[in-house]
Amino acid sequence: MSEELAIEVEGLVKTYAGRPPVEAVRGIDLRIRRGECFGVLGPNGAGKTTTIEILEGILSATSGQAKVLGWEWGKDDRKIRELIGVSLQETELSDKLTVEETLSLFRSFYRTGITVAEAIARVGLQDKARTWIKKLSGGQKQRLAVATAIVGDPQVIFLDEPTTGLDPVSRRQLWDIIQGFTNSGRTVLLTTHYMDEAERLCDRIAIIDAGKVIAEGTPHELIRTLGAEHRIELTWDGLAPPELAGRLRDLPGSVNVMLDMHHATLHVDHPHLVLPQLMSILGESKIPLTNLATRHATLEDVFVTLTGRHLDDHQASGAGKPGR
Amino acid sequence: MSEPTADRREFRLHPMLAVTITRLREFTRQPEAIFWVYVFPLLMILVLGSAFRTQPRQQLAFDLVESSGSPQLAQWLGHEGELSWKILPESECRQRLRTGKSQLAVKALAPDGAEIEYWFDPSHPDANALRNAIDGKLQRAAGRRDPLRVSDRPFQESGGRYIDFLVPGLIGMGLMGGGLWGVGFAIVDLRIRKLLKRFIATPMRRSDFLAGIMISRMLFMVPEIMLMFAFSWLLFGVRIHGSWWLLTGLIILGAVQFSGIGLLVASRCKTLEAASGLMNLVMLPMWTLCGIFFSWQRFPEAIHPLIRWLPLTPLIDSLRSVVNEGAGIVEVLPQIGIMAAWAIVSFAIALRIFRWRED
Repeated sequence: MSEELAIEVEGLVKTYAGRPPVEAVRGIDLRIRRGECFGVLGPNGAGKTTTIEILEGILSATSGQAKVLGWEWGKDDRKIRELIGVSLQETELSDKLTVEETLSLFRSFYRTGITVAEAIARVGLQDKARTWIKKLSGGQKQRLAVATAIVGDPQVIFLDEPTTGLDPVSRRQLWDIIQGFTNSGRTVLLTTHYMDEAERLCDRIAIIDAGKVIAEGTPHELIRTLGAEHRIELTWDGLAPPELAGRLRDLPGSVNVMLDMHHATLHVDHPHLVLPQLMSILGESKIPLTNLATRHATLEDVFVTLTGRHLDDHQASGAGKPGR
Repeated sequence: MSEPTADRREFRLHPMLAVTITRLREFTRQPEAIFWVYVFPLLMILVLGSAFRTQPRQQLAFDLVESSGSPQLAQWLGHEGELSWKILPESECRQRLRTGKSQLAVKALAPDGAEIEYWFDPSHPDANALRNAIDGKLQRAAGRRDPLRVSDRPFQESGGRYIDFLVPGLIGMGLMGGGLWGVGFAIVDLRIRKLLKRFIATPMRRSDFLAGIMISRMLFMVPEIMLMFAFSWLLFGVRIHGSWWLLTGLIILGAVQFSGIGLLVASRCKTLEAASGLMNLVMLPMWTLCGIFFSWQRFPEAIHPLIRWLPLTPLIDSLRSVVNEGAGIVEVLPQIGIMAAWAIVSFAIALRIFRWRED
């Protein structure tokens, strides 16, 4: 048992019975340190929810080992449940209960914890304490779901897609709440398919695709693996002259070029060195350019580079969610 | 790993009590649930109790078929208080019999009334009784002497009327509906909303949760049954002849038994449609067979053993014995045994196959 590890996963496999059986998780290893905010990033159906639900003790693994704070699922379940807090995807709390009543129900399940009033204060729902859940907005409901996760004063908090479907203001409020936990030394494991969320909140990230971890590290490390940290994007109308591809590839300082009919992305280390030559190429070939942009590389680029697909590309993913 | 800001000595509700209180809150905030549980049974008592109220004095109503002999019959019958008749043309008499507006038509075949024909449906008990009563009147009027001296003593004590029969039936029906819908539907609803899954991610004991759901169900039921007894006592004078303690025990056992069956029905259902289909499948035979509105003894004897073992039958039978006949615990032991068996078996199976999680 390693003192400093909050979560330890080895060779985790989950296969849902069926014809054909669905291999949702195909061998995942994770080591998450105490006090860390760890993000599991991946497209829909990659196995994020299955992984987190095994760690929450809601699903049992087909094989492999999952430990939380040194306790092992399957042996010390009750101990783990006292120490963790959970917010699931799409839980529908009872419409006709108030925020306060809902939290006092959840509080009753834990031997130790914070007061209901404190849980309400931590997620900023003081004004809504006596309001029926029916009358809360989507963001407020999500904050309440997070409050049910912290009312038992957990050491490890699991949040499954905490901000999916929320407006930007609500998302930012939740980010602040989550940062509050990690600042107080709690461990947070969250899943998301928003790369900006992962970049902003997480100390470390595992990118999951088709039931496997395909990359792991801090957001910065992951982006650095791309080799070139900047992107130059070009969009034009009509057809590009055939020689354009070759000329872009020959540009000094350009690491990689991705090209299709109306669009090109250049991976570069130093945009200010590449841009002047690029401009002259574009001028000579007289392409009707509609857009030229430069930006910093993101986790999305890491994902695209690793898999050739985009994060929100639903159909493309290999292992789907099992039909429930 | 203690945390200075957390108040660890805060008073904490027992989880079972917390679940009970939560369910009670949700229940009292649903007007439709209040209607079905509290108002609907009272309406049933009111409507059925009035429809089948014992008449103060039975009117003997029938038709005389117009013929050459009908004046003679009219003279014999006279118009005493309990008789009510009219002379009508033959076609109209037939029409009224066919449509159930009258149960008996009397036709004189001879002008002096010496030969009489009764028209009625012999399979109908009331029509038979009416035919015999009118026949007696006519025979006596025509000169028959009865050898025995008889006198009538009206006997309409509480305990023997239809309303006395009906109230325990309705209470049994309420307990069945309450157990199946109140426990079964509630659980399927929690499963669909993924709350069941959310709860098992907490240290909550599953037994506390199930017990809380059942206790809350019993608590809604207390006022329901007290209201039903109070209402039928005030309106119809229905009295409880047996022991209140025994009655309470039977009601609790009935509720536990149907909670168990509700739990069993809900143990694997994933949709409300599946749950309501299954519940109707369970309840419909009992609605019809177990003697809520009329005695199950009227069904063919071949199916009596089946009916006797359905869970609603022992409940209603034992309630009736205690309420109407003042039966003691020894007399209802067989029913208690059947109900206890249902309760134990349904809980045992339900807990074994209950679907808490999704895999």
